Amino acid sequence: MSHDEEMISMTDLIYLDNNATTPVEPRVLEAMLPYLGEKYGNPSSIYTMGREARQAVNSARESVAQLIGAQPEEIIFTSGGTEADNLAIKGIAFALREKGNHIITSAVEHHAVLNCCKWMKKNGFEVTYVGVDPDGVIHLNELKSAITSRTILITVMHANNETGTIEPIEEVAAIARERGIVVHTDAVQSVGKFPVDVRKQNVNLLSLSGHKIYGPKGVGALYVKKGTRMTSLFQGGHHEWNRRSGTENVPGIVGLGRAAEIAREEMADLAKREGRLRDRLLQGIMNTIPDILVTGHPEKGLANTLMICVKYVEGEAILLHLDAMGVATSSGSACTSGSLDPSHVLLAMGVPVEVAHGSVRFSLGRSTTEEQIDRVIEVFAPIVKNLRAMSPETPAA
Amino acid sequence: MEAYMQYTEKVIQTFMNPKNVGKIDDADGMGKVGNPQCGDIMQIFIKVKDNIITDIKFLTLGCAAAIATSSITTEMVKGKTIDEALKITNKDVMSALGGLPPEKLHCSILAEQGIHAAIEDYLNKQKKD
Repeated sequence: MSHDEEMISMTDLIYLDNNATTPVEPRVLEAMLPYLGEKYGNPSSIYTMGREARQAVNSARESVAQLIGAQPEEIIFTSGGTEADNLAIKGIAFALREKGNHIITSAVEHHAVLNCCKWMKKNGFEVTYVGVDPDGVIHLNELKSAITSRTILITVMHANNETGTIEPIEEVAAIARERGIVVHTDAVQSVGKFPVDVRKQNVNLLSLSGHKIYGPKGVGALYVKKGTRMTSLFQGGHHEWNRRSGTENVPGIVGLGRAAEIAREEMADLAKREGRLRDRLLQGIMNTIPDILVTGHPEKGLANTLMICVKYVEGEAILLHLDAMGVATSSGSACTSGSLDPSHVLLAMGVPVEVAHGSVRFSLGRSTTEEQIDRVIEVFAPIVKNLRAMSPETPAA
Repeated sequence: MEAYMQYTEKVIQTFMNPKNVGKIDDADGMGKVGNPQCGDIMQIFIKVKDNIITDIKFLTLGCAAAIATSSITTEMVKGKTIDEALKITNKDVMSALGGLPPEKLHCSILAEQGIHAAIEDYLNKQKKD
């Protein structure tokens, strides 16, 4: 049985929420287990068991570095994408405090970046949120004009978790470099999905996360270009070149390393397969259900992601009906976010509020098959029909 | 997605199999509450005879809580007098569902408002005649 077939047989669930999290790949789990078992050494310990653990961490560091075209010394292990984002933003901003206090980001960032920036605003920094076009691509001219003599950091995500839209990071970095400004990208959704090269991008910092690439939760990394001045969030045992103290999460790091290795080898084929299936899903939905808005850039987007807005119904209601039919997805509706506003990403793209409430995101993965996609198409239309029949907003036939 | 409290089984069941869904074309009273901004819209239709709500239907655009509260409220109101119906509060609705997550409280309030709006419409129509 191939590894992917093993994953499919694990459950009957049709799991289309891979942008939220992915299952741990069997080979990754296999690599991790010894470090949850008899290889429990602390990598800082001088004896054999400690040196073995140190070797395992180094090996993982090399794998992660290779995945993004970096040097191993430029990889800082963290507890995940959120910590990597916080470390990048706070680490740079507080280190460069004398130079300025202005941060520029986009209106469509993940909450880890957005809420970190909100916190920075409360703590003496100024933040500008640059808008995007209807496809979700950042306005580069607006970015350029936002720069002042006080700007010390530009942070723009690489691929959007909701719509899949890919931002022009090379251009963003070029604009930043021209003015001598440090640039960070949250690449949590792009790394491991398609080739990412930090040298080509020319960024100073990049965040990535384990549980988005079939690795375990609770581990990620921040790429920090050699020579980048940055302060730390955690002070303690001087780990990670004093950038991030704390005894290494050896099993997690080993898992991330193996996941990075597998991603490097297999992401091209995976993306091709997912793209085909995603297109099939979109086609099937458009053929069977009217009044659907498709979001995200039609060409420059993640191959596995499809975010649609279903008019006249609400997202959470769709999700629960899909769940009852064994399909797992997510939505950008207000009801699923716990706030009164729907997806800030969709709103920034100009999608009307009431349409954004009906958003459903399908994010395909390793375990997704053609049969599953056809099953989703089969069950989705009746669900929408049923909810539209219940809705006061559905236009009369 | 942010973390939030789970629904009770009763809410899920009511949501999956709601009662009294639909329109009443010759309704004696109709109320439409909510707005596209917050993402919940409820429309309540009632038939009234001898001061008793003999039939009631709803149409709702909203999440599981919105649909469940609509359904349970119409069940609670059907067969009651106008006065009895007006006394039903959002707390009664939440209680009937075994509770709602705190961020879904507004859905139960909306259901209460919907009933009141439908009854008010009916009473206004009565005044005109």
